[in-house]
Amino acid sequence: MSGALLALEGVHTHIGAYHILHGVHLTVPRGGLTVLLGRNGAGKTTTLRTIMGLWRASHGRVLFEGADIAARATPEVARLGIAYVPENMGVFSDLTVEENMALAARGARRAAEIDRARLEWIFGLFPALRKFWLHPAGLLSGGQKQMLAVARAIVEPRKLLIVDEPTKGLAPAIVQNMVSAFRELKRTETTILLVEQNFHFARALGDTVAVMDDGRVVHAGTMAALAGDEALQQRLLGLALAAHH
Amino acid sequence: MEAPAVAPAPEALPKVRTDLLPLLLVPLLALAAAPLVGSFPTWVTLTVAGIAMGLIIFIIASGLTLVFGLMDVLNFGHGVFIALGAFLATTVLGGMADWTASQSLAANLAAIFAAMAVAMAVAGAVGMAFERVIIRPVYGQHLKQILITMGGMIVGEELIKVIWGPQAIPLPLPAALRGAILIGDAAVEKYRIVAVVIGLAVFAAIFWVLSRTKAGLLIRAGVQDREMVEALGYRIRRLFVGVFVAGSALAGLGGVMWGLYQQSVIPQIGAQVNILIFIVIIIGGLGSAGGSFVGALLVGLLANYAGFLAPKVALFSNILLMVLVLLWRPQGLYPVAKR
Repeated sequence: MSGALLALEGVHTHIGAYHILHGVHLTVPRGGLTVLLGRNGAGKTTTLRTIMGLWRASHGRVLFEGADIAARATPEVARLGIAYVPENMGVFSDLTVEENMALAARGARRAAEIDRARLEWIFGLFPALRKFWLHPAGLLSGGQKQMLAVARAIVEPRKLLIVDEPTKGLAPAIVQNMVSAFRELKRTETTILLVEQNFHFARALGDTVAVMDDGRVVHAGTMAALAGDEALQQRLLGLALAAHH
Repeated sequence: MEAPAVAPAPEALPKVRTDLLPLLLVPLLALAAAPLVGSFPTWVTLTVAGIAMGLIIFIIASGLTLVFGLMDVLNFGHGVFIALGAFLATTVLGGMADWTASQSLAANLAAIFAAMAVAMAVAGAVGMAFERVIIRPVYGQHLKQILITMGGMIVGEELIKVIWGPQAIPLPLPAALRGAILIGDAAVEKYRIVAVVIGLAVFAAIFWVLSRTKAGLLIRAGVQDREMVEALGYRIRRLFVGVFVAGSALAGLGGVMWGLYQQSVIPQIGAQVNILIFIVIIIGGLGSAGGSFVGALLVGLLANYAGFLAPKVALFSNILLMVLVLLWRPQGLYPVAKR
C-alpha cells in the first residue's frame, strides 16, 4: 500500500435542509480494502454518494489521486475509474444480465465486445451469472442481483471500487460467496471502499477501518487493531456489534 | 396425513417470461368487433384504417413516452411538432405539384419522402431549441413543466397561424395514392397501406435502436434508473437531448402522415392529436415504447370501430378504453420497473 488513493478532508454535505456530514476525514489507502462501519444513519451512504457526486459536498475536499473531484458531475467521477455499487444495487431489471454487463463496460459497444478473459474470470467468481446470462435481471434472486451489481462494477478494470452494504439481506451461503469474490478482487490489487454493517464480513476482508457516527469519522485505524480490541468495539459499535460477534 | 410437498430446488431456473397478454388485446379487439360490424369487407376496411391510424399515433407518441421515462418531463408542447410537420408538408407538397400530380407512384412517393425529410429536420431542430429554452429551466418541477409546455404549445400554434394563416389548408394525396384498391370485396385506401408500411418500418427502426444499440440500452436503462446510468459513467443529459430531438423529429413525421390521413391541416391539429397521444402513453405505461405501440393500435382500432358502430360515443370510446385498461393495470399495459 503506497499512499492514499482517495482522501476526504473536512467534507460537509447537506441534503435539503438537513446537515448530514459534519466534516468527514477519511483516507482510503491504495491497493487495500477499507471498511466504513457505523450504525444506521451515521452518514456512511451519504459519504459514498458524496464521493460519487450524487450529493454535492457543501464544504471540504474529495481528493482522488491528489485532484479535488468534489465539484465534478457523477459521470466524470465514474470515468476517473471509480465504480459504484449502491445500496439498492442499481440493477436494471428490465434489461438482461448480458445487457446490464454491456452497459457497465464503457469500452464495449455490445456484449460481444466485453473482454472475454475478464468475463470468464467474473463467471468464476459468480457462476450464477453465466447461467442467467440471457435472463432479465429482474428475475434474479436478491443474492444474484447483488452478484450482478458487483460483477458490473468490475467488468472493466477500475482504480477504486465503492460498494454499499453488499451483504444486506443475503443468505449466509451467498455472503460466503461474496467473501471469496472480494478476496479474489483484493488479490488483483483493486482498491476497495466498503460500507458494511456485518462486522463478521468486515473483519474477514478489511485492511483498514473507519467508524462513523453522527456524520463524522470517530475512529480510523487497522482492522487488526479493532478486531483485537473488544473494549474498543464495544465503545464504537455497541450492542449492534455484540449481536454479530 | 400426506407428506409435505417437496420444496422446489433452490436454484430453479426462472422462466423467461414475456408478457404477451396486452399484445393479445389487439387481435382480441379486432375479433370482437367483427360480429358487431357484420359485413366482412367493411370490417377489413375499418381494421386497416385503424391499424394505419394507430401506427401514425405510435410514431408521434414513442418519443413523448421516452422523454417522460428518461427525465420525468411531461411535454404538453409535443403537439407543436405535429402541427409543424403537417404544415411543412403543405408547403413542400405544394411546391412539388408536378411530382404530386404525376400518375407515377415513384414520383408521388419521392414527394412524400421529401416532405417527411423536411418535416423531421425542422421539427428536430425546433425540438432542440424547445428543450434548451422551455424545458431545461424547469427540470424536476412538474407543475411548472405542465404550464410552460402548454404555453409553448399555444405560442407555437400562434406562430404557425402567423406563417401559414389561421384557416384550414387542404393537403390532398398525390395522384397515384388517391382512391382504394379492392382486396376481395373490401375496399382499402391506398394511402392507408402506405401509412401501415411506413409505420411498421419506423416501429422496426425504433425497436432495432432500443434493443440492439448501446444508445438504446442506455435509454432503456435510463428510464428505469437514471442515477445508476450516470454512476456507470454516462452523461444522461446528452442522451435526453438526443431522445428529445429524435422524438420531436418523429412527431414531425407523424404530423405529415396525420395531415395526409385527414387530407387537410388546421393549426389546432397539434392540440387534437395531443389528447390521443397522452391517452396512448398512459395506456401503454409511461416510459414504455412497446406499451405505446400496443396502446396506439388499440386506440386507432377502437376509434374506427366506434366511429362506424356508434359515432356518438366515438369521442368517448378512447377515454373509456383508458379507464378499463387502468382498472386492469393501474400502471399501464407495460409498466416500467422504476427503482
